[in-house]
Amino acid sequence: MATRRPDDPDAVLTVDHLTMRFGGLTAVDDLSFRARRGDITALIGPNGAGKTTVFNCITGFYRPSEGMLTLRHADGAAHLLERLPNHAVNRRARVARTFQNIRLFSGMTVLENLMVAQHAPLMRASGYTLLGLLGLPGYRRAEREAVAKASAWLERIDLLRRADDPAGDLPYGDQRRLEIARAMCTGPELLCLDEPAAGLNPRESADLARLLRHIRDEHATSVLLIEHDMAVVMEISDHVVVLDYGKKIADGPPREIREDPKVIAAYLGVEDEEIAEVDAEVGLTIPVAEEARP
Amino acid sequence: MAAAQTRASASPAAILRDAGLFALAAFGLCVPIVSYRTDLGNNGLELTPRWGLVAGLCAAVFVLRVVQRLVLERRAARVALTPSPHQASEPVGAEPNAGQRLPRLGLPLFVGFALFLPLIAALASGGLSPARYWIDLGILILTYVMLGWGLNIVVGLAGLLDLGYVAFYAVGAYSYALLSTVFGLSFWVCLPLAGLFAGLWGVMLGFPVLRLRGDYLAIVTLAFGEIIRLVLINWTDVTGGAAGITSIPRATFFGVPFKAGPDGFSGLFGLAFDPMHRIVFLYYLILALALITSLVTLRLRRLPLGRAWEALREDEIACRSLGIDTTKTKLTAFALGAMFGGFAGSFFAVRQGFVSPESFNFLESAIILAIVVLGGMGSQLGVAVAAVAMVGGPELLRNLGFLKAVFGEGFDPNEFRLLLFGLAMVAMMIWRPRGLIADRMPTVALGRRRAIGKDLVREGHG
Repeated sequence: MATRRPDDPDAVLTVDHLTMRFGGLTAVDDLSFRARRGDITALIGPNGAGKTTVFNCITGFYRPSEGMLTLRHADGAAHLLERLPNHAVNRRARVARTFQNIRLFSGMTVLENLMVAQHAPLMRASGYTLLGLLGLPGYRRAEREAVAKASAWLERIDLLRRADDPAGDLPYGDQRRLEIARAMCTGPELLCLDEPAAGLNPRESADLARLLRHIRDEHATSVLLIEHDMAVVMEISDHVVVLDYGKKIADGPPREIREDPKVIAAYLGVEDEEIAEVDAEVGLTIPVAEEARP
Repeated sequence: MAAAQTRASASPAAILRDAGLFALAAFGLCVPIVSYRTDLGNNGLELTPRWGLVAGLCAAVFVLRVVQRLVLERRAARVALTPSPHQASEPVGAEPNAGQRLPRLGLPLFVGFALFLPLIAALASGGLSPARYWIDLGILILTYVMLGWGLNIVVGLAGLLDLGYVAFYAVGAYSYALLSTVFGLSFWVCLPLAGLFAGLWGVMLGFPVLRLRGDYLAIVTLAFGEIIRLVLINWTDVTGGAAGITSIPRATFFGVPFKAGPDGFSGLFGLAFDPMHRIVFLYYLILALALITSLVTLRLRRLPLGRAWEALREDEIACRSLGIDTTKTKLTAFALGAMFGGFAGSFFAVRQGFVSPESFNFLESAIILAIVVLGGMGSQLGVAVAAVAMVGGPELLRNLGFLKAVFGEGFDPNEFRLLLFGLAMVAMMIWRPRGLIADRMPTVALGRRRAIGKDLVREGHG
């Protein structure tokens, strides 16, 4: 584990010795893993294991106490995420994310949500507003292209006919898919999804799995996701990282994870006499509470 | 149901025809009752024609009937088409009726009326000089419309509560006052400079302040407004202190002064000299400035920057996750809002010819903010209507002399201004807590734009 080099050309995201402390509470403790390019990597663990904290560190909402987060683009450019300001994680390092409690612009239409996501290219096309204010044709062309891109995504997530409805009016499952489409409209190298299947019915979950596979296969975007729905995780992920109490307890393909005794212990709990044994194995003595959120 | 259907689909032409009939009936009633007044003159009864009043009454009946019909149409349409607000979002394929189109027609109507106000006022009161009161009132209202539209960028679009907007108004006014009295620069050079200075102050205030949110932001902006006022009072060497700056040069017609003689405005255009020319010019100047504010805002809403402002109002964290630099975006909103405040301020200075810190107290900020909130945050028409009500309403009270007949000779309706204000505010809070026009029009659509209900649109939190 310690020998993993940050310049691994195969990895889109390399997390090295990530530690996040809130006062005396260590939410993430010396976590290292790697998400390979073109993979769907799942980050799983029981409630309060620190998954969302890891996400918030990767996407720039938290500044890690220790550790290094390297994001490598397909063209070889590397970005140290922990050093970038919050918005630059998306704009420069091209990491997009969704939120556990959906954060759409509910008073804006579905289409407008996707247009806001294309802020940076549109801003350039509008000459940082000055040229756009004059109504030059260059901006109008860029806007048409942005609308076309948004429409293509709406087509993909089957929401085209609701493009002009307010996002807040959509049913829950549609909102989840729209948030993913919005993140994809920023053209990310890595898409981070925080519990995308939460609250979805089985049919919607299957749709979601299809959408994620489409993103991985057709858009040169790698996916990192947090998920509780094990059926979804086992079905779509290429690689699984398991967290418990802020530490990594397993890392590997889904088949291996399913049979890993530590994972089973973390999820199902173990007999009382086995706890000390398992704790020793995990290298942990003090339980840590509550996962912190932004 | 059938009746409701036909009523719901009444065309604007039908409404106008109906209102025309009402006006005709009013005219018929007015001719015998109002059109001539009999006065006891030197040689018996004298007849004073009052056709202007007749025309005014008929016009009032016409407008009121149109408004009544539109309100009823809207209500009927809402009942007929949308049993629940959420169903309203489903495309039902119904054509919007006249009432629902009102907000879209409203702004052109407002602009059209504003364009012809001096003419209407001159005709109604028989000459330019008697119309001065109305044109002055128009100037005052338009100044507040412009300030409201400027503040609307900050509060309505970006969702940043700014209680110190009057500071930028003051910066604009003093910029013009100082630049013109000290350096002798003309109004047309000072106007952009005043806007620039106010915008710079907006950025300077914005940098330290915009990390605050909600109530904290409001308090700091309030303090900033007071600081500017206190600096103006105490920096006597430059600002003249509480006495202010006097004899600020008047506006010129693009270099041609408004004065009697061959090289003045009237001489150049072969008109008889009339001091009202300057007033009418000022009226159209502020109208143009206000319209520029409005057009820029409307256009900005369709640009990525404007969309980012609204997105910021909806959800700041989501904005950051989409790569939007929230600090810069807020700063631009602050700076642009301040810039329009600065333009309005330099207009204020050129109109008054005199500025003092008195004019820029907190009450002004409160009135401008009240206009934006009453109008409905983000709505151009709502802000215009609210400015007319907030600034024009109190003026109406001055003219309610006939109430003396009811309440006795000592009754002065002006004293009840604030009371009525308070009552109006309470009524608004009960029936229209989100302002007159709280719906939001989308900035881009694949099909037809449909207004978004106020229950979905957020107000921002700093």
